[in-house]
Amino acid sequence: MPRKTMIDAIRDAMDVMMGRDDTVVVFGEDVGYFGGVFRATQGLQAKYGKSRCFDTPISELGIVGAAVGMAAYGLRPCVEIQFADYIYPAYDQIVSEAARLRYRSNGQFTCPLVVRMPTGGGIFGGQTHSQSPEALFTHVSGLKTVVPSNPSDAKGLLIAAIEDPDPVIFLEPKRLYNGPFDGHHERPVTPWSKHELGEVPDGHYTVPLGKAAIRRQGAAVTVLAYGTMVYVAEAAAAETRVDAEIIDLRTLLPLDLEAIVASVRKTGRCMIVHEATLTSGFGAELSALVQEACFYHLEAPITRVAGWDTPYPHAQEWDYFPGPARVGRALLETIEP
Amino acid sequence: MTNDAPLALHVPEPAVRPGGLPDFTNVRISTAGAVARPDVDADPESIRDLAYSIIRVLDRDGEAVGPWAGFLSDEELLEGLRHMMTLRAFDARMQMAQRQGKTSFYMQHMGEEAVSCAFRKALLPGDMNFPTYRQAGLLIVAGYPLVEMMCQIYSNEQDPLKGRQLPVLYSSKEHGFFSISGNLATQYIQAVGWAMASAIKNDTKIAIGWIGDGSTAESDFHAALVFASTYKAPVVLNIVNNQWAISTFQGIARGGSGTFAARGLGFGIPALRVDGNDYLAVYAVARWAVERARRNFGPTLIEHVTYRVGAHSSSDDPSAYRPRTESDTWPLGDPVIRLKNHLIVRGVWSEDRHKQAEAEVLDTVITAQKEAERHGTLHSGGKPSVRDMFEGVFAEMPPHLRRQRQQAGV
Repeated sequence: MPRKTMIDAIRDAMDVMMGRDDTVVVFGEDVGYFGGVFRATQGLQAKYGKSRCFDTPISELGIVGAAVGMAAYGLRPCVEIQFADYIYPAYDQIVSEAARLRYRSNGQFTCPLVVRMPTGGGIFGGQTHSQSPEALFTHVSGLKTVVPSNPSDAKGLLIAAIEDPDPVIFLEPKRLYNGPFDGHHERPVTPWSKHELGEVPDGHYTVPLGKAAIRRQGAAVTVLAYGTMVYVAEAAAAETRVDAEIIDLRTLLPLDLEAIVASVRKTGRCMIVHEATLTSGFGAELSALVQEACFYHLEAPITRVAGWDTPYPHAQEWDYFPGPARVGRALLETIEP
Repeated sequence: MTNDAPLALHVPEPAVRPGGLPDFTNVRISTAGAVARPDVDADPESIRDLAYSIIRVLDRDGEAVGPWAGFLSDEELLEGLRHMMTLRAFDARMQMAQRQGKTSFYMQHMGEEAVSCAFRKALLPGDMNFPTYRQAGLLIVAGYPLVEMMCQIYSNEQDPLKGRQLPVLYSSKEHGFFSISGNLATQYIQAVGWAMASAIKNDTKIAIGWIGDGSTAESDFHAALVFASTYKAPVVLNIVNNQWAISTFQGIARGGSGTFAARGLGFGIPALRVDGNDYLAVYAVARWAVERARRNFGPTLIEHVTYRVGAHSSSDDPSAYRPRTESDTWPLGDPVIRLKNHLIVRGVWSEDRHKQAEAEVLDTVITAQKEAERHGTLHSGGKPSVRDMFEGVFAEMPPHLRRQRQQAGV
């Protein structure tokens, strides 16, 4: 099976869907002729024409607002926000419009819309190119939120998202675009061509929204992670020799609570890892859910490792980023509090 | 150091406040019939003056004059009068129903009836309006049943929106009426997106955006104009300038711009101002802009100059911020009376027939109201089910909502 980068897999998903369904349109800043600053849409304009893939003015509000109108018309827009850090001007359109249209019109109008955006740190992007705003979307009723961690999932999840009848926020961990990243920034980059999850099937397939994947079977502790943190957790488990069961959530909402509960009831311990800031982060929701469902199986307090509650810094990136050393220490504390 | 005087902040004020004498001398009114009617494919650069004048058809004597006159037959005008009278009677009954506690909230159109009623006449089935809360005329003209509108207002068991929306935030796809958000301005850019989709699909339908004078200050307005301009979207963008954004006079949103219509000029979008209380003028301008969009010449911005005679909503008291008699001195008059007078001048209407029509219209509205109230009002009678509260958030209910519905015991 061909191995691809995550960018190639994401482009492949849009290509497959644009080929199958002429209501799929792709647009955003620098997305058309140039193919996007991360090249996720490269070649799509040439292949499908300017009315299916085009550049927009620098207006995130405009991109998402226009997409809501297009979705209401009957198209399936898959738009790109250049960095998740730029989504805030479009937030009202997402929260008050896209997410509620089906509900408030009693199904007369719907919003099958995908908003793709690179998320997370690890690229020395400073505070405006490194944020992880997933909790701002999981808090909104009417949205689905997806965070893939590898090329194979990214393609299948993006196809599922484009086919979904409701709005989907699709957060792409940008540090994973070219290879799995375990937080060891001092080491050479591993490309996806050297990783089995870089194997991306050709053509159409889906990875269903709302299903987690177990990346490492283990008995000592359940680690809940998504995006880049899946690889950091794997590295931390290997380095501490803790027999962790690592769950890649893949979709945050709807959440695969069943898989989480089954694992925590087995291991009796739970650690949650995310790049986003700690307070009111998605980890807080996960912690509450695990506590509610697994209280009598827990042998230790649930622990969380997250970005510090500061803006994402530039020079101090590796002190901010929850790398394998911090995750490893927390793992040891979780099994021996 | 500088010899200039210290800086001082400029905060615009309306000409008059409560206690003062109403004064509209600052509203420059063009003579009826005086503004030229360009071809629909006119270069926007060549018609910039239309953003500063006011297109008017009905003169002081009730005659239809000038190049924008002559598009509607007697029958169409009589029907238009009845539409506006129906909307006015509907408003009166629903305003009263709100006062009687039958619903939580209401917003009336008094003085602005011509804007939505006349505009709707220029559209075809399949075209889509993205309205604000003061364009119910679009529904009445499209033939949406009054009973359904009232059931929505009452949030009763027959509410087509299942009790999920505030009163008057209607939705009827079938009648070309997009679900009203309630958040201001958000739908202006959506109208542009809908129109772009129609163009992408090589369809023939157009979209119509609606916004108030106050909400033009939102970023959504500018995003809409940029996108409409860039992609030459088949959209008509309406600004209803009714002079007041709740208590804030239009000068706060307009700032140093001469008119709201003039905002379109920087985007290269043809911008027209029209007498919003002149049914014939609104129709003629709508028809021009609709044809322009339909023939793929791109967007048009229209400023409807009108006056909000009533309160902003049932929760508002305008006497706290403007003279009580201000509406009496509004120089563009009342849209219903002006069309009535015109029809009398045309020889197809009379005061007696008007009185009779008022009684008939009221009767129709009251009959609809009785029918609607049989299905309940907000606090009594039939209600949407609590189960409905959990439905329709997503196409398929996800597990967490299913669990919460079980917890709620429904």
